[in-house]
Amino acid sequence: MERHVDQELKELNKDILKMGALAEEAIFKSVEALKNRDREMARNVINNDGNIDKLELTVDEKCIDLIARYQPMAKDLRFIATGMKINAELERIADIAVDIAQRTLEIVDKPLLKPLIDIPKLTAIAQDMVKMAIDAFVKGDIGLAKKVLLSDSRADQLRNAIQKELIEDYMVKDGSTAPRAVQLLLIARFLERICDHTTNIAEDVIYMVQAEVIKHHPEKLKDSL
Amino acid sequence: MTKIITKNLNLWYGSFQALKDINSRFEANKITAIIGPSGCGKSTMLRVFNRMNDLIEGVRTSGEVLIDDANILNSHTDLVVLRKKVGMVFQRPNPFPLSIYENIVFGEKIHGENITRDRLDETVETSLKGVLLWDELKDKLNEPALRLSLEQKQRLCIARLIAVKPDVLLMDEPCSTLDPQATSRVEELMRELKNKYTIIIVTHNMQQAARVSDDTGFMLLGELIEFGKTEQIFTAPGDKRTEDYITGSYG
Repeated sequence: MERHVDQELKELNKDILKMGALAEEAIFKSVEALKNRDREMARNVINNDGNIDKLELTVDEKCIDLIARYQPMAKDLRFIATGMKINAELERIADIAVDIAQRTLEIVDKPLLKPLIDIPKLTAIAQDMVKMAIDAFVKGDIGLAKKVLLSDSRADQLRNAIQKELIEDYMVKDGSTAPRAVQLLLIARFLERICDHTTNIAEDVIYMVQAEVIKHHPEKLKDSL
Repeated sequence: MTKIITKNLNLWYGSFQALKDINSRFEANKITAIIGPSGCGKSTMLRVFNRMNDLIEGVRTSGEVLIDDANILNSHTDLVVLRKKVGMVFQRPNPFPLSIYENIVFGEKIHGENITRDRLDETVETSLKGVLLWDELKDKLNEPALRLSLEQKQRLCIARLIAVKPDVLLMDEPCSTLDPQATSRVEELMRELKNKYTIIIVTHNMQQAARVSDDTGFMLLGELIEFGKTEQIFTAPGDKRTEDYITGSYG
């Protein structure tokens, strides 16, 4: 028997999916702008953030409205509570894409310090993690959520490699590279932060589906994987 | 501390089995809610605890109901003592057509002998204070109880119960005839009362069960499907049937 609230929960699901798609697009474009030295695209990421903010507010309002009108329980309550948290994580991810776009604008007119290899790789991981995390939420798929958690260590390793290379091979050897190297360091850090936010989403999805809190419980996380 | 334990409790109305193998524990100084669809046996279970079902013809029970370790289903249980110890509040408040004062002392007058006026006065004051009605009614004690508002009548019925110093308060849909504000005040009263009594409430209002109780049991077709901490039952029930019921997917 389909309940009236089911239709509204489906709408909420769609909105969060849209929010995820917009965040994913913002990450992709922000790094494309860096790779292609495309000032216009970087500005586009910054300007589009307002739309993501608006959608965040819409999703929040819908969640509060659902709680007020239906007083949801059990899986409905967990779905809405998780939806609100994921909404905030996605908005933060989009803000970080704006940070990347702003760093890009700082260095877009200067020659590239080095060919970009690892940053696009890290971007691909971050984008993939966002996509998987959103899919996990929309489908209630624990397997996908766990995949996201497993991907995070790869992101950390890549970020450490980027940091090591930029510091040891550039900044230490030639101090004049520091201003450009710092921007790339920050971008790598931002991408890694995006991955951290997606792991939060994955942990929330596990709570939503299994009613088990693994956040801040490393032992449960280990068992779960 | 556990106040009431049921062990393999079964109850039949003639050939119809209304309770099936109920095993449960009700803690002292806690509010336990029993929820479930109409006809699931929750009111029947409540009425087992003070043997109110005995008044219905053709009722048969098996198993044990231990209150303070004594099986109240034993044939030699003194029902007057039991019902003094385990009192009940009903869906519709049912004060006697007497004054407020006489309603409250009714039980004490029946149960006791040679009770002084001072002692009765004290009972009235203590009981009305216990249900937060003293300030409102202390100057109207001789007025007919039937003139009170629904909420005041329900509180008065609770005061009438606690006047005979029970241990357990059974509440069968105690707020179903009250408006939201009165409901909220009665729920506050329940939270106050649980410091002194074991409270078991049957309710169709799941938000009320979630708000007010410490433990919750879900019943379906005479079975106790799930019993646990209220926050767990309402956020992460272990049984799909409980989840379907509390999310409104049941049926």
